[in-house]
Amino acid sequence: MTDKSGTDKSGTDKSGVHWSNVSVRYPGAATQAVTGVSFTAASGSVTAVVGPNGSGKSTLVRALLRRVPLLEGRILIAGTDSASLTQRVLAQRVAVVVQREEPAFPMLAREYVALGRAPHVEAWGADPRATAAIHEAVSQAGVHDLLDRRTDELSGGEWQRLRLARAIAQESETIVLDEPTTFLDIAHEMSAFELLADLARRGRAVLAVSHQLNLVSRFADRIVLLHRGAVVADGTPDDVIRASVLEAVYEWPLVVSRDPAIGAPTLVPLRRRSVRPRT
Amino acid sequence: MNPRVAVLVATLVAVSVAALALGPVSIDPGELWRVVTGGADPVARAIVLDVRAPRVGLALLVGAALGMSGSVLQGALRNALAEPYLLGVSGGAAVGAVIAVSAGWTNPTVLSLAAFVGALTAVFLVMGIARASGMTADPRVLLMAGVVVGAFANAAIMVLLATAPAEAARGALWWMMGSLGSAQWRDVARLAIVLAIAGPALLHWARDLDALALGHDAAAALGVSPEAASRKLYLTASLLAAATVAAAGLVGFVGLLVPHVARALVGARHRVALAVSALAGSALVVTADLAARTARAPAELPLGAVTAVVGVPFFLSLLRRMR
Repeated sequence: MTDKSGTDKSGTDKSGVHWSNVSVRYPGAATQAVTGVSFTAASGSVTAVVGPNGSGKSTLVRALLRRVPLLEGRILIAGTDSASLTQRVLAQRVAVVVQREEPAFPMLAREYVALGRAPHVEAWGADPRATAAIHEAVSQAGVHDLLDRRTDELSGGEWQRLRLARAIAQESETIVLDEPTTFLDIAHEMSAFELLADLARRGRAVLAVSHQLNLVSRFADRIVLLHRGAVVADGTPDDVIRASVLEAVYEWPLVVSRDPAIGAPTLVPLRRRSVRPRT
Repeated sequence: MNPRVAVLVATLVAVSVAALALGPVSIDPGELWRVVTGGADPVARAIVLDVRAPRVGLALLVGAALGMSGSVLQGALRNALAEPYLLGVSGGAAVGAVIAVSAGWTNPTVLSLAAFVGALTAVFLVMGIARASGMTADPRVLLMAGVVVGAFANAAIMVLLATAPAEAARGALWWMMGSLGSAQWRDVARLAIVLAIAGPALLHWARDLDALALGHDAAAALGVSPEAASRKLYLTASLLAAATVAAAGLVGFVGLLVPHVARALVGARHRVALAVSALAGSALVVTADLAARTARAPAELPLGAVTAVVGVPFFLSLLRRMR
């Protein structure tokens, strides 16, 4: 595997998170949510997991968090089986922004960001890194202006950015985001992905679950395409963002072109029924 | 100290002193001071130390325990309507007490014990139902299990009371309305021991509670195992509530109202909110008990009724503020 900067990430590199032959079945469900999924979110790169609704993307994130038991397979964090880690150590190594999260009772935005330090602190212990880590996270995510607001007063986009700041404050080697740009307008969407690319450049492994194929095509070093719980394509944007691959998975006609200004494959879904011209 | 918390502490001290001073025999502050330092009139001394002080002490502890218990359950269940009796405590305690009364065991210690055992049995039943459903820590499942066990308890109480002698039924009803009228130092000591263990444990777990209040997936992402954390929090909060029920019967509304007051004062971070819930709960129950025994003296009003009367307007004003 080669990322855009040209460094070799293949072979013996054990950093990042590796899903190894992971299968999950939800309790009581007739079929498996994911079957035999293997891929790596390597350090220093952005990996995107894409696929239609219900293809198992979020299940892979929840499996990493141990919210669903693995039927088979393992999830390795820098080479260590995650099952051997405590939940707290797991949170020190991997910061996850889950798909849905809402404080039951509103708190100040700065209190929320500070919760990112929770995995690093004993119940009554001190956290010497807290101030620096929170400061860094706030400036990277650009949420300084939000800090004195209450979480229930934030817009969807502001809340999403605040959650990203909380995850950065966790100072983990890996950062995982389940649909990070939901609710974001194009400016914030772009700046969120630029931030993720930046985090990867600084050496973190970044994994983003996303429906935004065009953004992913521009920012991800590697794209994993899921369909019905299995990996159907895994490679660079040029490998995966192809009409022949995506049409079959999304069951929708589309064209992929390459915009020279962007330099990444760009996808346009077509209208399925030909529209009668207006008379 | 946060000025709001300072006002709360001052209020708590003031109502506690008032509760020691006021009653059928008023004792002025000078005499109260002499009771503390020694050298007071023996009658005043007996009234304060043997009658009013244990009552005020028990009110402080019952309020603190219910406030903390409610705060924990609202956070862990992510529900603004959660309260200490939710997970079966009230129904179970009432069944235990009614069984004891019907059986003619009117000794207060036996009655307390029966209520305590009933409460814990119901809590384990609720947790057991949730576990059997395969979703141990899912708040919705626990709420439904609590409602089901509560309904079953109500049915049992109605059947037991319908067949009990009138005198026993009246005694049981009085008990269910909550009272600190028979407070003794022995009761204070028992509840103090439970609170001295459960209170610090809950404060210790406050950060887990912060994480759980974001939802279970988010809690897991912050390194808190939601099932295990929820379980220990539900059990500890319910144990506290059961201990208050054994000491004073059912004192409604405190555990529902007080956590909202605490959050309005100091925000939602649980380490602080829990401590302030304890203070606010104490202040509320001491005030309510003072009102219960002085408003229509020599008759005594049921404490649970007074807390509700005090609580409802307070709660409505909070609801207005939430808008």
